[in-house]
Amino acid sequence: MKSIILRTASNYLLPLLLLFSVFVLLRGHYLPGGGFIGGLVASIAFVLHAFAHGLRKAQRYFPIHPGFLMPIGLTLSLLSGFLPILIGDQAFLTGLWMADPLPVIGMVGTALFFDLGVYIVVVGVTLTIIFTISETA
Amino acid sequence: MVLLGKWVKTVLWWLPMVLPAGLFVYFLSLGTATQSLSYDWLPQLGVRLSLHLDGLSRLFVLLITGIGALVFAYTSSYLKGHAYLDRFYGYLSLFMGAMIGLVLSENLISLFVFWELTSISSFFLIGFNNDQSASRKSALTALIITGMGGLSLLAAGILLGYVGDTYSIIELTQSADYLRAHPQYSLAVLLIFGAAFTKSAQFPFHFWLPGAMKAPTPVSTYLHSATMVKAGVYLLLRFTPVLGGTELWQSSLLWVGGITMLYAAFHSIFRTDMKAILAYSTIAALGVLVFLIGMGSNSALQAAGVFILVHALYKATLFLITGIVDHETHSRNVLQLAGLRKVLLPVAIAGLLAAVSNAGIPPSFGFIGKDLMYEAALHHGAGAWVLLGALILTNVLLLYAGFLVGIKPFIGPLPEKHAHLHWPSAWMWVPPVLLGVLSLGFGLWPVAASRLSEVFLPALGLQPPPALKLWHGFNLILGLSAATIGSGLLLWFLLKPGEKGLARLQKLAWLSPERLLGGFARGVGMFSVVWTNLFQHGYLRYYVMTIVLVLSAGMGYRMFNNYTWQTSFTPLLNLTVYEVSIVAIMLISIGFAVFSKSRLAAVAGLGVVGYAICLLFVFYSAPDLAMTQFTVDTLTVILFVLVLYRLPKYMQISNKLTIARDGLVALTFGGLVTLLALLVLEQPVQRDVADFYAANAYLLAKGKNVVNVILVDFRGLDTLVEITVLSIAALGVFGLLKLRLKTTERRG
Repeated sequence: MKSIILRTASNYLLPLLLLFSVFVLLRGHYLPGGGFIGGLVASIAFVLHAFAHGLRKAQRYFPIHPGFLMPIGLTLSLLSGFLPILIGDQAFLTGLWMADPLPVIGMVGTALFFDLGVYIVVVGVTLTIIFTISETA
Repeated sequence: MVLLGKWVKTVLWWLPMVLPAGLFVYFLSLGTATQSLSYDWLPQLGVRLSLHLDGLSRLFVLLITGIGALVFAYTSSYLKGHAYLDRFYGYLSLFMGAMIGLVLSENLISLFVFWELTSISSFFLIGFNNDQSASRKSALTALIITGMGGLSLLAAGILLGYVGDTYSIIELTQSADYLRAHPQYSLAVLLIFGAAFTKSAQFPFHFWLPGAMKAPTPVSTYLHSATMVKAGVYLLLRFTPVLGGTELWQSSLLWVGGITMLYAAFHSIFRTDMKAILAYSTIAALGVLVFLIGMGSNSALQAAGVFILVHALYKATLFLITGIVDHETHSRNVLQLAGLRKVLLPVAIAGLLAAVSNAGIPPSFGFIGKDLMYEAALHHGAGAWVLLGALILTNVLLLYAGFLVGIKPFIGPLPEKHAHLHWPSAWMWVPPVLLGVLSLGFGLWPVAASRLSEVFLPALGLQPPPALKLWHGFNLILGLSAATIGSGLLLWFLLKPGEKGLARLQKLAWLSPERLLGGFARGVGMFSVVWTNLFQHGYLRYYVMTIVLVLSAGMGYRMFNNYTWQTSFTPLLNLTVYEVSIVAIMLISIGFAVFSKSRLAAVAGLGVVGYAICLLFVFYSAPDLAMTQFTVDTLTVILFVLVLYRLPKYMQISNKLTIARDGLVALTFGGLVTLLALLVLEQPVQRDVADFYAANAYLLAKGKNVVNVILVDFRGLDTLVEITVLSIAALGVFGLLKLRLKTTERRG
């Protein structure tokens, strides 16, 4: 994997793909996309970078092991489910929505945070598996 | 308790004993009235957590908490500085809670749950010294035996609940006549027996109890003599008003109890280990209790109730002093111990009091208990003398056993090596002395115990008995008592304890139920090894092939038997150019993957197939699915490449025959799945669910992408669980690959 084209391209592709993954995550509620796909796209961005520059370089983007993203994402999803219980006295995982859309992001509700949690978990799971396998294999 | 572990071991050492002591005072303050409390637990199944405190439960609850408080106090000194003291208290408290729940439960299912909890806590406590293989083995034996009993209890509970249409014991009591006449009655009785006999160590299930003596002495005191093993007796008493009174019930109990008490009492006198003596004499006492329940008369049941208290008091004392002797001299062998009264005076007093009560010498409480027993046997009618004879013989042998433990270590000359001993901490010697004094006190003032026994029989639906009395005047029973004590003392002076008797008994050991069960267990083990090796051969290819073949056979059978097939090619005419070309691409890449000589090329071929499927999804308007499939496929190929990259060069290791076989299997399975897919398309589609989501996605969840709305809102809980599973899988991969075993830990 010493191709100079791939290396140069991946330098630009990493931020672009990450941006795209966030875009996919945010549009998920109205158009095709969502946290799961977004998370996979983001992982692919890092895996591509790892192919081009080696595993070490890609891991340098993570100050902590990507495995720690799993509990973070799980907690976020869980909390977004508990939120309606705490503030609205409604059932677990009831969708709550802000009255007006925010600029750029659009409508914000608990579902968005739930999806964000899914996104983070998927990135954590995928990168943990792939990094671990490529480290040991 | 466990959370405070560090402090319990040091500053807060007194904390654990507050719990049982407080409960004891609480239950004492409740008075003698019957009380109930009830919560719905699983109302759909008629399972309620109903607690019911009547005379029978009261006796047990007071025993559990009272002796519990003393045992907790004793432990604080006995296991002082033990590394796992916190854990020990945790198990002990778990047991106490479970046992209280057991005797208070009015619902069969909650009774079962608490029953199992006592078995489990007993397992942990027997195996407390888990670095000794004997402890672990004993714990397992006890768990297996009592666990079998637990299953039997569950079956009995379900059967009774089904027949009687309620899980409430009180309601079952009301329909007792109907139950006794029901065809399933014998089965229910046998199941209840199975539970009670295993728990209360009746012959032939008695052998787990001597093994259970591997537990620290406080546990033996608490679980394996005073409370838990009496759970079986409790069960029998509790079900006497429901199932009792029939020939099957009474005579089985008489036989089993009688055999147990004679067998165990006979065994107890040949032991030399103090705890083993006590274990067998406990089994004998449990046999006596079952025997008394088997007699079933008013006076016999009253005798049983009194004897439960008598036995708990003196046996707990004997166990506690055994613990002290063991703790101080590091020996439990009655042959070596002597003269300890000079150094352990309070312990010797407690031992004497307990031995006297055990022997039934007036004015101890044991005398009253034995009086009642003999009276019950005497009035039994047919066969009274046989029953009486069995009881007297048992009591004579038990007297000997009690003296062996309670008196023998303390009399005679003191050996040199024990001369330096001094009194243990007051926390250790006060509990046995207190219990011993109670044994005497209840005898001198039977009024105190009468309050308990007055409400005991009404709880079983019988008339309240006359008050307990120490002195009944000169009569036949007094004569029998005197004869028992006399022959017991005679035996004590004639028979010296020794190893020979035990050695002779060991020769018959191969016949014992313990050996038979052990052999059976080994047989099952061997069979399972053979069976496992047959199916778990460790070759992934054969596992997959087995699964696929079984599935194909089942599916093929259903499909060709239940459906008629007709072929029609007209729909193929509607295919577009795109679709045809995608199918062509797929076919080519499959062929490439199958016949390629390089692994990487084969994987790439499979990747192309995956992308082609994505395109199909796009054509059939499933963009979400297509995107997911696309990214997942990419990652799969990457994973494959990462793993395959490290494998040696592709080699032709399978011969033509194997390839042909694998191809045939694959083609069969693929063909069948295709047919299945076609079949599914033929079925009428239920659109209700899809329509609901489509109509409500925006109204209820404010989203226009139905797929995503289902994922994050309608079925959000599923997604939450799925990402949790994903995380667990990732942790599994991480753990498997990062696990670096030392060479010593590697096996097979």
